[in-house]
Amino acid sequence: MEKLENIQKEIIRISGVNPKKCMQCGKCSGTCPAYDQMEYHPHQFVSMLKSGDIEPLLKSESIYACLTCFACVDRCPRGVEPAKIIDAVRVIVQREQGKSRLKADGIEKYLDEEIPGQALVTAMRKYNK
Amino acid sequence: MQRIGVFVCWCGTNIAGTVDVSKVSEALKNEPGVVYSTDYQYMCSQAGQDLIKNAVKEHNLTGIVVCSCSPRMHENTFRKTASAAGLNPYMVEIANIREQCSWVHKDIEVGTEKAIILGRAAIAKLHLNAPLTAGESPVTKRALVIGGGIAGIQTALDIAEAGFPVDIVEKQPTIGGKMAQLDKTFPTLDCAACILTPKMVEAGSHEKINIYAYSQVEEVNGFVGNFEVKIRKKARFVKEDLCTGCGICTEKCPQKKVPNEFNLGMDNRSAIYIPFAQAVPKIATIDPNACAKLKTGKCGLCERVCTAKAIDYTQQDQIITEKYGAIVVATGFNPISMDKFDEFAYNQSKDVVTSLEYERIMNAAGPTAGKLLRPSDGKHPHKIVFIQCVGSRCENCAEKGKEYCSKICCMYTAKHAMLTRDKYPDTDVTVFYIDVRTPGKAFDEFYRRAVEDYGVNYVKGMVGKVIPDGDKLIVRGSSLLDNKQLTIEADMVVLAAAIEPDKTARSLATMLTASMDTNDFFTEAHPKLRPVESPTAGVFLSGTCQGPKDIPETVSQAGAAAAKVIGLLAKDKLTGNPCVAEPNQLMCNGCSSCERVCPYGAITYEDKEYRMPDRTTQMRRVASVNPAVCQGCGACTVACPSGAMDLKGFTNKQIMAEVDAICK
Repeated sequence: MEKLENIQKEIIRISGVNPKKCMQCGKCSGTCPAYDQMEYHPHQFVSMLKSGDIEPLLKSESIYACLTCFACVDRCPRGVEPAKIIDAVRVIVQREQGKSRLKADGIEKYLDEEIPGQALVTAMRKYNK
Repeated sequence: MQRIGVFVCWCGTNIAGTVDVSKVSEALKNEPGVVYSTDYQYMCSQAGQDLIKNAVKEHNLTGIVVCSCSPRMHENTFRKTASAAGLNPYMVEIANIREQCSWVHKDIEVGTEKAIILGRAAIAKLHLNAPLTAGESPVTKRALVIGGGIAGIQTALDIAEAGFPVDIVEKQPTIGGKMAQLDKTFPTLDCAACILTPKMVEAGSHEKINIYAYSQVEEVNGFVGNFEVKIRKKARFVKEDLCTGCGICTEKCPQKKVPNEFNLGMDNRSAIYIPFAQAVPKIATIDPNACAKLKTGKCGLCERVCTAKAIDYTQQDQIITEKYGAIVVATGFNPISMDKFDEFAYNQSKDVVTSLEYERIMNAAGPTAGKLLRPSDGKHPHKIVFIQCVGSRCENCAEKGKEYCSKICCMYTAKHAMLTRDKYPDTDVTVFYIDVRTPGKAFDEFYRRAVEDYGVNYVKGMVGKVIPDGDKLIVRGSSLLDNKQLTIEADMVVLAAAIEPDKTARSLATMLTASMDTNDFFTEAHPKLRPVESPTAGVFLSGTCQGPKDIPETVSQAGAAAAKVIGLLAKDKLTGNPCVAEPNQLMCNGCSSCERVCPYGAITYEDKEYRMPDRTTQMRRVASVNPAVCQGCGACTVACPSGAMDLKGFTNKQIMAEVDAICK
């Protein structure tokens, strides 16, 4: 329990987001292009972070569905920045030993002629600790 | 030597909770000049005031220090108490040990120490106080109302009915304001024009009301009871006394492609125009930016067709100077610009409209003659999406929206949705809402009727994006209760845009030296107890210039502002504030610094003859203050490089004595 509280604080620290500013309008989820791929939607990340219901978020595939397009950040009327929360949850998960989503060895199978080198570097940064 | 009495108030636990009042009273007993010191539970109560009065008589006091709340609260009370006990009311000093001490400290030791210091400063100042007598000034029995919307009209009518003459200054060619543009009014659905136009006519024909339409306030001088205002009456290029408002000129004018402001640019008007059928005054106006005759000298058709010979292409702006006793601000509101809300595609599709535009579309006198037709192709829409809180309740995106709730949108959106469903049952209506706020008489019942009786589909959630796609608008939003993302193919989207004060309000506030909040709404003197008065004496507030309001609230406030104005104009004389600036002319070097900083124009310079050594004389240019105009702000005392300017009741010596007492 105490650990979860620490994680809650850590997510708030890393993301720099104050979930209390949210007025539950749902504009973030209304605008999210990855909505259908997500089990928990942007507004739920905000509200679950606020209530401390962190565990489901840590286990959810939703953190990898977020495209980090920042549409929710741009349009949030309260400046809550949900994408930064999702990013912070992802970072917390990956910081744990053995939780890297992408390993150097695994890249080979994604390689094709079309993929820009930049994309690989970005993906490594984002999904590897 | 003064004989000073100190009275420490507990204010229940407000002060006594974090300040040891008896310790304060004991400590201040030892200050020089203090002959009596006590504390009491409520000094402002009758018993508390009697305690002061008795002490003044018993101990022969020459001045009193009350350690209590802010002087804004009870300075007047204790001045009256002192006066009743035979003291000069300006021999009273207040040490604010509540707002500036007990309320900001948690530690009783710290609070007590600070209270003692504040008391000591007040005592030090009181030693240098001198009895002051307030002067009197006459009251000009005429009121000015700035803005001719429903707020201004109602205020003017109420003042005029009490027998005082009123001038209304309105920047548009007609009075009526926003309400004239509305179709129906919630929650009773009376037609806005039907209830507004009789009031417009009454204002236009009232013998005590004079309307300066198409005019603007240029300059305000003077003070409560004695304002002098310059009003610019813009050239209409039509003689007001001759024009009959027949409208032939507007029909014959060849320039008919001017966007019509009254219909928010959704249709066109002619270069010479009357804004709408019920305009007051019903006088044509030539738009100088559109008229060919004024721009190129060629045309003159309106002059030829005008049987009243009212057209005058040579007309110039006129400046009218008038004196007023009171000024009422009723400058109203506008919807905010939608330019920065790209996600709602307002600038990409004509079929995304604001609620005020929708109001005009629904109105019989509007661009579609009251038929619900899409602006893009004139087709009847079968699916309409309303989006609430567009630009309202925005945090830290001030350049985009507003932080406050615009208050009226929930109700007018419910009205639009209901009326649409009533007239066009084949049209599907969805409203995206964050909260539905209906705190008003019969308001929630109205909203429930829209849902339950008219089948309006209310979705809790917000629209994230509107994408124009062919002749459709793809609306993507969330339904939070169903935990779903919705995609709706709509024919029209209506945005409930936030409202903001009129842009002219800020420059007007500067002219009036009236204060505003960060959103440019005028600030009231007290949010609860003086809601219709500006902190600037003689300036009153009516309607949405003070904050978002619906029509019933605006009319109530308009009446309240009128009552305050009537109360002021009914007086023959006003007692001034004796704490005014006074120059020591022997020290004045004639530099004009004080004259430049004075916001009230109270300082002038005069040439005076002075005796110099060896029986010579010299003419010197020295400052002189008009005590009736001076408001005692003290700006001049700070600006004066030679220390010649002083504020009575707050002299430089008194301030320094306070500082010394604090630093002791």
